[in-house]
Amino acid sequence: MAYYIGRRLLLMIPTLIVISFIIFVIIQLPPGDYLESYVAELESQGESVDPAQIAALRHQYGLDEPFLIQYTTWATGMLHGDFGYSFEYGLPVTDVVGDRLFLTVIVSLFTIVFTWLIAFPIGMYTATHQYSWGDYGLTLLGFLGLATPNFLLALVMLYFANVTFGISIGGLMDPEYLDAQWSWDKLMSILQHLWIPVIVIGTSGTAAMIRRLRANLLDELHKPYVVTARAKGVPPFRLLVKYPLRVSLNFFVADVGSMLPSIISGAEIVAVVLSLPTTGPILISALQSQDMYLAGSFLMFLALLTVIGVLVSDIALALLDPRIRLEGGRM
Amino acid sequence: MKTMPDTGHFVSDKPFDPYSVEKITPEQERLYFASQWRLMWWVFKRHRLALFCGVLLIVMYLSILVAEFLAPYALKTRHTDYIYSPPQPIHLFHEGEFVGPFVYGWEYELDMDRLLRVYSEDTSRVYPLSFFCQGDPYEFWGIWKSDRHLVCAPDDAALFMLGTDRLGRDMLSRIIYGARISLTIGLIGIMVSFVLGVTLGGFAGYYGGWVDSSVQRITEVIRSFPELPLWMALSAVLPVTWSPIWVFFGITIILALLDWTGLARAVRSKLLALREEDYCMAAELMGARPVRVIRRHLLPGILSHLIASATLSIPAMILGETALSFLGLGLRPPITSWGVLLNEAQNINVVAIYPWLMLPVVPVIIVILAFNFFGDGLRDAADPYKH
Repeated sequence: MAYYIGRRLLLMIPTLIVISFIIFVIIQLPPGDYLESYVAELESQGESVDPAQIAALRHQYGLDEPFLIQYTTWATGMLHGDFGYSFEYGLPVTDVVGDRLFLTVIVSLFTIVFTWLIAFPIGMYTATHQYSWGDYGLTLLGFLGLATPNFLLALVMLYFANVTFGISIGGLMDPEYLDAQWSWDKLMSILQHLWIPVIVIGTSGTAAMIRRLRANLLDELHKPYVVTARAKGVPPFRLLVKYPLRVSLNFFVADVGSMLPSIISGAEIVAVVLSLPTTGPILISALQSQDMYLAGSFLMFLALLTVIGVLVSDIALALLDPRIRLEGGRM
Repeated sequence: MKTMPDTGHFVSDKPFDPYSVEKITPEQERLYFASQWRLMWWVFKRHRLALFCGVLLIVMYLSILVAEFLAPYALKTRHTDYIYSPPQPIHLFHEGEFVGPFVYGWEYELDMDRLLRVYSEDTSRVYPLSFFCQGDPYEFWGIWKSDRHLVCAPDDAALFMLGTDRLGRDMLSRIIYGARISLTIGLIGIMVSFVLGVTLGGFAGYYGGWVDSSVQRITEVIRSFPELPLWMALSAVLPVTWSPIWVFFGITIILALLDWTGLARAVRSKLLALREEDYCMAAELMGARPVRVIRRHLLPGILSHLIASATLSIPAMILGETALSFLGLGLRPPITSWGVLLNEAQNINVVAIYPWLMLPVVPVIIVILAFNFFGDGLRDAADPYKH
């Protein structure tokens, strides 16, 4: 087991290096840099800019260095916990990111739990009642969730949550807690607002999960050991829970890995609509204003989050399923 | 059938043909000699919902060819007298009498308290709809001019079956025109990602070794990345100065660049198994080059699976375009796509006051559902020998 985890951890390193390189290439792709658009903005307002000052700034931030040197500086800085400087906010990136990333993690975790809670009973029902009206209806419902664009659902839910429940529009907490220290009340306020984004993001993932649980269960339900158990008089529900469900459970854990990227994607776009203080809105504005270190570090954090999530799910799967542990994994 | 008198056995009256078990009936012959594609069609036909969705998709794709004719108004026509008009009801009966489809006069008053235009029907005026009528002129496929439309209201009457937007443009017409971009973006994108996925996955599966493991690493990296932020970053790269049509192609390529990994995986795992087959070895021994072996001998065996999984990944692209355009990072006006239309439904006012501006989401949902069911049916049919 230790060998498996160690191998898995070592494999993460090259993945992260490649990811960081791709990210840096992408944020460097647009022509010009933040200072250029900054100068253009100042000039459009009729202010004059001292070229020497700009050149000094450019030198200070290393923007005049060749590409590879810039990348190495950025990448090695990250290893020391220095993620660069956000031009737009005038703050180190870590200060801007801080809480936001934590909130993204919370939203993602709750979404995964929500997806499980919904997909589990529905998947069981549709598998045991194959081709019944309930099966068709619930499957259609799942697909509807998949087909509805997240952002629109968010908008509509926002409106109805406000009209029916009187919850303040947007955000992830009541306004008075925005800059407050972490406290019990703040946590409760967050939980109160959390359900809208969680439902909105969760709906798009449940359909796939329901379908897969259904398919896995259907495979198991026709196996001889189930028939034997039934012939021996095991009650239907106990029969379902005791063996076939446990066999098809593995993928629930394994799926976290493939679900995470889409959950974080969903969280981003929903965050923009609901103006959640997670990463979405800032990432967009950082990308548009070429605030490259902020955008790059954001993307890097999101990727890191996913990679760690996949790692955790792989380890959990290996604990659950000795076949994976012994064969060295599904790499 | 008769009964033997002494033993009581039943014996058939039919003449005895010792070769009957070796001969096959016409039905069996039809089944055994049917080509793979014919078998797939038979299996696919049994999945009624998938068949229906397939027909629906074909109709929708055909309709984008004749969008100008189907839309009641031209794309750019503005009706400044009818701004933010809600969907207009179509009636069949006037005062208990059957007139055929018609609309009443459509008028508005300003509600100065809420600063809204309140539209109402003027039931004294009846405007029967005309079909194949003359309306806004357009150029059909950029070749010949015409002004025929499927349906329009008589001269001075208004016909806004799905309402109008803030510039007084007919929503129905815009949705029909928007289908052009939204539907083709998925199709073009999937072609690009198909080529990428088949090429990379094909080489990985055929050669194995370091080619395989490097392709595997690349797919892993791309898959472990939340796609929307990456799409956002990539589309922020597209220069603002690009013309809308270039932006369209740029977005398509971006969507495809992250999508090919699923296909590459499928191709790779199938080829890993297939390359051990005898016919592959035979082709190699006869001196076929790798590209020829892959293209000529290996790919046809898995083509049906590939088409099925490609169909299933089109919806993600259509949703991706919608999401990007909604965020203002994707397509921009004057290009009209469903995402661009939804971009105007961005604020809470729309939900509360002008909910019909959210109608472009209906075709999005229908298309995505249809592609999912259609792809499901294709996947079930992809391996007809299984049954």
